[in-house]
Amino acid sequence: MTPTPPSKNVLINDQVAENITRTEELAYELRVNEVMTSSPKILSPEMIMRDVVEMFRKARISGAPVVQDENLVGIISMEDLIHCLCQSDLDAQASKYMTRNVLTVKGTDPVVEALKIFVSSKVGRLPVIDDQGRLIGILTKGDITRGLLKALQRDIQVEEIRKYRASHLFEDIESDRTSLILRYNIKPRDFTHGGAASSNIKRALLRLGASPQIARRCGIAVYEAEMNLIIHTLRGGVIRVEIEPNRISIEAYDDGPGIPDVELAMKPGYSTASEEIRELGFGAGMGLANIARCVDNMVIESVVDKGTRLKMRINLDKEESVGEGYSSRLDGGIS
Amino acid sequence: MNLAQIVDQLHLTLLTEPRDLTELQPSGGYTSDLLSCVMSGAKQRSLWVTLQAHGNIVAVAALLDLCAVIITEGAQPEPATIEKANQEGIILLSTNEPSFAVVGKLWEIGLRSC
Repeated sequence: MTPTPPSKNVLINDQVAENITRTEELAYELRVNEVMTSSPKILSPEMIMRDVVEMFRKARISGAPVVQDENLVGIISMEDLIHCLCQSDLDAQASKYMTRNVLTVKGTDPVVEALKIFVSSKVGRLPVIDDQGRLIGILTKGDITRGLLKALQRDIQVEEIRKYRASHLFEDIESDRTSLILRYNIKPRDFTHGGAASSNIKRALLRLGASPQIARRCGIAVYEAEMNLIIHTLRGGVIRVEIEPNRISIEAYDDGPGIPDVELAMKPGYSTASEEIRELGFGAGMGLANIARCVDNMVIESVVDKGTRLKMRINLDKEESVGEGYSSRLDGGIS
Repeated sequence: MNLAQIVDQLHLTLLTEPRDLTELQPSGGYTSDLLSCVMSGAKQRSLWVTLQAHGNIVAVAALLDLCAVIITEGAQPEPATIEKANQEGIILLSTNEPSFAVVGKLWEIGLRSC
């Protein structure tokens, strides 16, 4: 049969695409021949139904394709078997009870095509054929579930490898001072994306092999700086994170309005946020105090009408170093 | 005490996609509607009780590795917030009760560290 083309009335826009889960993606990426059971048990049209029952019982299957000269001619499922048993006709040949118009899928079809057939037809298994119509396997819903689970497992391994590679990033690069610089442009009043930069930085640090505590401290500091840019600046600002094996330097800078009294701004509980912003739960006056708690060093330079530059640093001792892998940490010797 | 028992005893509604809540053990609890206070006060894997329902609670919960967020007084997050929570693996729970009652019940059933 010809595979059903994807529904034409549903336009995949960015909004829809965002909501597609990894499992759904995989249903399109994986091919039927990657998840099917190859060389399945097959029956011949002449096989006696009594032997079919015996074979199902031994192989613990509930259906099998009927093949003649390499061509698929039918299928016997539980339903056919029950039909035969009701007639007390176990000495009949398979060809008498098999279902003849068999739904099939091609090995090269995406798994989603098979899923569509399973949903619309309620069959339990689909014979898989090649371009010449020869049987190459059989597909059940269980095969698809197993295939998807294996693929998801592979995804996790890929993330592990990615993490491993990133955690050795600096090892093979020779320079007097190697660093990785991440830049994020923050728009004013963009509460929708508030926290995106800090989440991305946290993820990057974890991939680079930072300890969860370091990633958390850095995430909190960057989050507060990010929200300050969103809440207070006129035209937004930039967050720049420089990652070196032994330190993380963060800068958040903007071009206005500037802080009139930095010392007062640092005081826990002091805030200039508007009522509207406070209703969203911001403006507790804790942002800069939180940053001070999370970083080893912070400096604020601010000129009214010119802008503000907030510099933060987190030092990493030998055990916490990022991007150099565990072996180099050992080489350096942990005191 | 695991999260499934808490959801059951406090009659909370799970807003994010279903997952096995029995394997999650909150380390403690924290309540505030001021995000910076949460940033400074909430411990890893703790439960956060708040009536804030906008998208930024997900960012806060993700950055702090919180166990789950209980949104009180029936405040309803936008679908985009729930979707973001699903992506970040954050559990959002909802109740019509006010924060005070929720915290009281959590204390009563034994979640007392903060």
